[in-house]
Amino acid sequence: MPIALFVGRRLAALVATLLISSVAIYGALAIAPGDPAASLAGGSLPNPQALAQIRAEYHLDDPFWTQYWQWLSGLLHGDLGRSIVFRSDVADLLSGRIANTLLLVAYAATLIVVAGVGLGLLAALRGRRVNQLVTVATTVAMGAPTFVMAIVLIWIFSTKLSWFPVYGSGDGLADKLWHLTLPAVALSCTWVAYVSQVTRASVAGELRSEHVETARGRGLPNAAIVRHHVLRNAAGPILAVSGLTVAGLFAGTAVAEQAFGVNGIGSLLIESAAKQDLAVVQILALLMVGAFVVVNTVVDVATALLDPRLAERQGATA
Amino acid sequence: MSVAQLTAGRARPALVRRVAGVGVVTAVAVAICALLTAVAILAPLLAPHDPNAVDPLHAFAPASGAHPLGTDDTGRDLLSRLIAGARPSLAGPALVIVASTTVGAFLAIAAAWRGGWLDATIARLLEVLFAFPGLILAVVAAAVFGAGFVAPVVALSIAYVPIVARVVRTAALKERALPYVAALQVQGASGWSICVRHLLPNLLPLIVVQAAIGFGYAMLDLAAISFLGLGIQPPSPDWGVMIAGGQPAILDGNPQQSLYAALTVVVAVVSFNLVGERLARRFRIEEQG
Repeated sequence: MPIALFVGRRLAALVATLLISSVAIYGALAIAPGDPAASLAGGSLPNPQALAQIRAEYHLDDPFWTQYWQWLSGLLHGDLGRSIVFRSDVADLLSGRIANTLLLVAYAATLIVVAGVGLGLLAALRGRRVNQLVTVATTVAMGAPTFVMAIVLIWIFSTKLSWFPVYGSGDGLADKLWHLTLPAVALSCTWVAYVSQVTRASVAGELRSEHVETARGRGLPNAAIVRHHVLRNAAGPILAVSGLTVAGLFAGTAVAEQAFGVNGIGSLLIESAAKQDLAVVQILALLMVGAFVVVNTVVDVATALLDPRLAERQGATA
Repeated sequence: MSVAQLTAGRARPALVRRVAGVGVVTAVAVAICALLTAVAILAPLLAPHDPNAVDPLHAFAPASGAHPLGTDDTGRDLLSRLIAGARPSLAGPALVIVASTTVGAFLAIAAAWRGGWLDATIARLLEVLFAFPGLILAVVAAAVFGAGFVAPVVALSIAYVPIVARVVRTAALKERALPYVAALQVQGASGWSICVRHLLPNLLPLIVVQAAIGFGYAMLDLAAISFLGLGIQPPSPDWGVMIAGGQPAILDGNPQQSLYAALTVVVAVVSFNLVGERLARRFRIEEQG
């Protein structure tokens, strides 16, 4: 399959997935028990006049598809709706928080790529001892989910050491990064371990391959073999796995931000879910699903561009 | 199969896979799983105290004969709360796994057997579902139906269906192509009876292994939901609830509640994963697709 066709197909699938997801997420309001107007008011029961106003504002008396279309075209025009619970536009709620979340995701992603790939390379290239050490450490780390890491980090840094703050988001970039260090570590720990194991396996596989044997036979220096023959070929799977873990980070921010009191969209999602503020929950859920799907597609296309054989293979099986 | 589908499944650490082959390790893991299950079933009989009995005069009591693990900020016995918390913490993932495995296996076998438009529709549907991380689906469910035990369990059951279905479908397609299926068809066996009497039993080991490995993940996801305050509501004891509930006290130098609950979750998840890997080894199921 030519690469353009492959990219076109992936983009079409991306749009289809986003559309179906948006219908499902908007539909959640329709299947919510009780009066949707009351649901939008956060489960509380405002007076009939206020309810009538909500009905009119959200077109709740129209058929489902008309409502959905109003909502979707609003989104596409940048109108994210209003939160009745927070008494504020959803866009305003987001704009104050999204930078913290993006910074946290970028921080965690950097840790995953640098530490994950670094540890994997160490394990694969630096002999048996290092390999065993890294394998044991990463296996333990893979068993530590974000909320457990958060508890352990807060315990260590609040009572034993005080290198990093254990709560809040900070002001200014340097202070923010300092505040986000522990959340980023808690968020990325499992995935650093996972990426390092994939890297180790991928590099070890290349080291055993025939073309590396041949290169050794030709008497090339070890460093050149690793750089030109091993890393080049091992890069594909490593890149793909790293990209996908990063795509999954958006959902994970909910736990990390909640545990460390970071004022981001993850903690906003939890807060608004607890208050049953569907107007906010819908936007945030769509945003997180959207981020996941978009990053996934970008990674898929990037790997196919790096190695066009992948696109051809998919064409054969699709 | 795209790279996304390759990795969207569950990560299985290589060491766990290798260690699962060691007899002693598996024996210990099986023993822990059995012990936790027994504790969950017999919880009211085993707990030394009422898990919700408040005793403000003995808040943060150190470990003693009366309170083997000490007490929490309101003087409730930590051991009793951990024991009582085993019930929801194990019943939740069990329900998720039973529901998602049943639905996933059914869809997968139906898709593999009928092929054509049914297969294509199911594949599309599952692909969209893949875009919803389990945690997000559970949070949305809690927002719509209210926080509690039921909504997140139902949401996670749905979120886990595609993971089971993808693996089983691949295996079912292979199984369906074997000569014995054609032979049965020639003999006039109905599609239903071939699926139920022959395909399903042959796929069962794979399905069981999927369920065992999925259990640990369901446990982590549900504990995260309780930790976020959207699952079982305090003061009901639950491991995730205990981890979150003990968090403020860590800052005052009383990390016991959070640490014990977190340790219990990690030990339980690792044990169930080891048993899953052991089963995979036993049935020679190497990769899960």
